[in-house]
Amino acid sequence: MADNREITIKVNGKDMTTYVETRLSLGDVLREHFHLTGTHLGCEHGVCGACTVVVDGEPIRSCLMLGVQAHGKEVTTVEGLSKGEDLHPIQEAFWKNHGLQCGYCTPGFLTTLFSFLENNSDPTEREIREAISGNICRCTGYQNIVNAALDAAKVMKGS
Amino acid sequence: MGARFFGADVLRAEDRTLLKGSGQYVDDIRLEGTLHGAFLRSPHAHAIIKSIDTTKAKELDGVHAVYTYDEIEEPLNQPIKQPYPHPLIRKDILGYPLAKEEVCHVGEAIAFIVADTRHIAEDAIPLIEIEFETLEAAVRVREAALPNAPTAHKDSKDNIAAELNIKFGDIEDTFSSADHVLETSFLQHRGGCHAMEGRAILASYNSSLDELTSWSATQCPYLIRRSLAGHFQMPESRIRIISPDVGGGFGPKAGFYAEEIITAFASKKLGKPVKWIEDRQEHFVTTNTQRDSWWDLKIACDNKGRISGVRGKIITDQGAYIPWGLLLAFTSMTPLPGPYKILSMDIDQQVVFTNTVPNTPVRGAGRPNAAYAMERVIETVSRHLKIGSAEIRRRNFVEKKDFPYKTGLIHFNGTPMSYDSGDYHQLLEKALDLADFDNFFERQKQARENGQFLGIGISSCIEDTGNGPYEGVTVRVDTMGKVYVSSGAASQGQGHKTVLTQIVADQLSVNIEDIHVEIGDTSKFPQGVGTVASRVGVNIGTAAFSAANEVREKALNLAADILETDLEDLEIEDGIIRDKSRKNLTISLGEIALKLAPMSGGAVPAGHSASLESTSYQASNGMPHASGSNVCEVEVDIGTGEVKVLNYCVAHDCGKKINPMIVEGQIVGGVVHGIGNALFEEMIYDDGGQPQNTNYGEYLLPLATEMPPIKVIHQETPSPLNPLGLKGAGEGGTIPAAAAIVSAIENALTEFNVVIDRYPVTPEYLCNLIDKENQIEV
Repeated sequence: MADNREITIKVNGKDMTTYVETRLSLGDVLREHFHLTGTHLGCEHGVCGACTVVVDGEPIRSCLMLGVQAHGKEVTTVEGLSKGEDLHPIQEAFWKNHGLQCGYCTPGFLTTLFSFLENNSDPTEREIREAISGNICRCTGYQNIVNAALDAAKVMKGS
Repeated sequence: MGARFFGADVLRAEDRTLLKGSGQYVDDIRLEGTLHGAFLRSPHAHAIIKSIDTTKAKELDGVHAVYTYDEIEEPLNQPIKQPYPHPLIRKDILGYPLAKEEVCHVGEAIAFIVADTRHIAEDAIPLIEIEFETLEAAVRVREAALPNAPTAHKDSKDNIAAELNIKFGDIEDTFSSADHVLETSFLQHRGGCHAMEGRAILASYNSSLDELTSWSATQCPYLIRRSLAGHFQMPESRIRIISPDVGGGFGPKAGFYAEEIITAFASKKLGKPVKWIEDRQEHFVTTNTQRDSWWDLKIACDNKGRISGVRGKIITDQGAYIPWGLLLAFTSMTPLPGPYKILSMDIDQQVVFTNTVPNTPVRGAGRPNAAYAMERVIETVSRHLKIGSAEIRRRNFVEKKDFPYKTGLIHFNGTPMSYDSGDYHQLLEKALDLADFDNFFERQKQARENGQFLGIGISSCIEDTGNGPYEGVTVRVDTMGKVYVSSGAASQGQGHKTVLTQIVADQLSVNIEDIHVEIGDTSKFPQGVGTVASRVGVNIGTAAFSAANEVREKALNLAADILETDLEDLEIEDGIIRDKSRKNLTISLGEIALKLAPMSGGAVPAGHSASLESTSYQASNGMPHASGSNVCEVEVDIGTGEVKVLNYCVAHDCGKKINPMIVEGQIVGGVVHGIGNALFEEMIYDDGGQPQNTNYGEYLLPLATEMPPIKVIHQETPSPLNPLGLKGAGEGGTIPAAAAIVSAIENALTEFNVVIDRYPVTPEYLCNLIDKENQIEV
């Protein structure tokens, strides 16, 4: 029998409450219960990184964390990065550096880098490559993503 | 009229939505009442289904239906139709929408469960009781090709799906008069699709209208419409296929799969939308891959290393079915001469069924295989005659004065393979300069003194791009002066909207912000072919140019009448038509559009046709050939077999570039795909046909940490075959990459006399090879 719980998660700064099956992953809860479909499920094995969201400051694979485990926590998804039409510096840098093609893996890269750059204001190229080594992109070959991250780091440091 | 946008790094129109997480991929689309499907798939490589009982699965709360072959109604209970029939196909075997009685690869769909949620549908899978009788499987393709091998299909006498030959020149004379006859043999394995979004379908049948709408993560919505029309025996006009935001394609998403039929069938039966989202494990066992091909080639050359002839045989693993006909087989043969002037060729290919996932094109189709094969030929001659790897290519290249150059082969579209333009010698020199090739050998020597093994590899290629027969584009101006552009060519990340906007904005002299583009929806444009084979930029670019020009002429003709001025005195700027010498004499494109689209009681001005619009299917007048020369540097750890790619240099020629930023993105991404082929990607089956690595922990894709800096430099020889001078660019990064890496590894290991005879070159393979060549007991 399905086991259901009520959970409250602070998603992108707003408390959201729902009644979920305990077996649902956080990714499923975000997508199906909160209709935040910017978080994409790429492999559901915890390897590709597309579903990465930031939970209490840490980048987390939302396919490997249960929704109920996120009860009481703060979650930032890709939808929480921009402010209306104003893109976050990382998003802006992805746009200007052609850091995305199909865009499917992009939210996971953005959230991973969002968390990384918050804690590393002056990263080297190598450090950026290490930071995104848990995210797979089939389109770009990563080079423009790395360039975007370097640009974003400069902008974020200056602001 | 100057080009403001053509050739500029215009930032992509697609990106802001995607960056904010507001893209609409199939799984993001919500329709009221949607049900969710999951498949029971074969756990066996080859088996007979003796019995199947779905009673318990149907009883599970939340399950709406469970379908097996027996529940599939006429006319859908027939095998999937061959979209690419060809007289050389000996056994045109495709699967049924759900397995009828025999399953021929692990992953083949047997039953479809539809439930309130995907979780419930998956809960029901183990409740289906099914009894199999397993059959011997054909797994290793060279064994499967033998006369008495187990057959991949129970009713077949052998596994030969097709036998092909290509030839030109006098091969016997070439070989009998050659100074040297050399040999090279190797295995190529291209791996799978691995778009980060798997396949995905949301089918919604409306019974009151008898209309089917299906959102599909596909590269070819029109192929799906046509195929569904055939299977359902329904007019195409009542089927709408939408390819929304799609998370990568890379070839395997261009096919027509059983799931398209089953989801539509279930939606029709249940009267509700039905969604099926492929999970990653399904992707490994159901989405087509590009499997093994074994090559045995003989080379005729003279003492100077000039190659006069190549003959030999290819055995290609077709997997369980042949859903793309012989397209892949042909594309691995017809570009074989590459950038080299070869006098004669004679190549046989056997296409052989096995009990593995079907074999269809992955980025580049057979072109990367052909390029790799020809580069192996070149390297073999280079090694044997001790002629440098750059010099050997210079001696064999087609020369600039030879264009247009006919190789002697026929493309699978029936036209002669003819290279329109290029400069292969100059392109190679550009790549060598970029890589600092001349100083490499000093770097190599110094590194060796420090115990490091550095190597350098070159790879040169051509690519037949812009294949027809057409893509269409409509350009229409509305009464507000806004421009609507539609095309059939769906995008999976290539930026079609952006490049269409650039071309139309220039030709109509309007602002980019005033253009709205719709692509990949069969209700928005009547016909299309598909986004494959580096063909879309050339085709939609040419059609958009032609349609926009016709709209421009139409607008100027009417403006000349209204303003009572000569046509040649008119110009358009930011959507306003004006007389060049009397600048206050103006009329806007919107006003012209209004005059050409009057409502009831109005009249279209005499001598003009209604609606300020034009549709063009104008294509390139033949296939523009792109070309590339790549140089890469690697370091090999002889203890672990690890290969580090230190840097990678590309000199590429795709004619005039619509958007250099997008071209460079395609090249770099393509190179990384090729590096993955060379070093990482391998879909492994055991001897019984069980896949061994169906997750990204075990099937390795390139990661950011392993990728080198990739430098790209361009040469621009405009194609004379289309008005904008375009050549395709989507696959030119991938095609030569594996050969460059493999040659570089061999170069690093020169002292061990290593000849690599397969890719991917895994650490284990490389260690064994070094040990074997050096008689070290292990």
